[in-house]
Amino acid sequence: MNRFVLPLAIFVVLVVFLAIGLGHDPHEVPSPLINKAAPAFQLPQLHEPAKTFSPQEMRGKVWLFNVWASWCISCREEHPLLLELARSGAVPIYGLNYKDERQEALAWLNDLGNPYLLSAADLDGRVGIDYGVYGAPETYLIDRDGVIRFKHIGPLTPDVLQGKLLPLVKSLSK
Amino acid sequence: MKRLLMHLLLLSSVTCVVIGQTAQPLAEDPELEKRLQALSQELRCLVCQNETLADSRAGLAEDLRREIREQMRAGKTDQEIVTFLTGRYGDFVLYRPRVTPTTYLLWFGPFLLLAVGLAVLYRQIKQRRALVTQQPLTPQDRRQVAELLKAPTEKGSA
Repeated sequence: MNRFVLPLAIFVVLVVFLAIGLGHDPHEVPSPLINKAAPAFQLPQLHEPAKTFSPQEMRGKVWLFNVWASWCISCREEHPLLLELARSGAVPIYGLNYKDERQEALAWLNDLGNPYLLSAADLDGRVGIDYGVYGAPETYLIDRDGVIRFKHIGPLTPDVLQGKLLPLVKSLSK
Repeated sequence: MKRLLMHLLLLSSVTCVVIGQTAQPLAEDPELEKRLQALSQELRCLVCQNETLADSRAGLAEDLRREIREQMRAGKTDQEIVTFLTGRYGDFVLYRPRVTPTTYLLWFGPFLLLAVGLAVLYRQIKQRRALVTQQPLTPQDRRQVAELLKAPTEKGSA
């Protein structure tokens, strides 16, 4: 009897490790930016390139910063959800148009609808690097003090939205 | 006609020179490119995660190489550039994991397993030795052994 205990224990430990490993998405790299100040920038607006947008203007508000591009296929996937979120008015959504062509980006918003109050145009992807963007779409939740509270990599899903994002928006807005 | 041909020839050589120049910036500073190559071998491309930044042709890898090249040109040390990247993308960009509390298991786990293995081996050997020494021969056993050993020599001498 006793001789089975040790192999069984080792087996259980192994299974636990493997189960944890299965549950992890290797593409979700934990961002070191969580609970740090959102990197500052000043970029031309997509619709009116003469005007600029800077996250400092958003002080005092809880807002969502969504990285998107017209070439990004997963962005299409999450788009209806963003539109719905924008209509609900739960949280203001601002966009970072990442490494895109202005005309194509505008056409994309025209075709699919525009959930963003405004989009900043990051043509060469430098602001993207500052935000640690490596796979659009990515979504940041930024609090009143300009601190990144949450980051989601890949298309937003209803689960993430209802389960994590919106409760966090509520608690941060208090 | 001949003159026109000459002109055309000249013109084509000019375009060649121009093309040659646009491709130059890469090899502009071979020392810096060597440094970039060495550093980006140590860094992971986040898009195709099993490739180094040096090997990857992903758009982000190109952007990051550009960023590193610019920072090198601005006189930043490799350490400063690595800090810049880990501040944005996390320790995951490093191919050689850092020794931090979260990676202790990764770094020292194999040695821990080795130690456990050695401990088990030591215990096994000790147990076996105990089994042998715990059953000493009785006087009767000794007599029997002595007789058995004696018998063939007597026969052999005869």
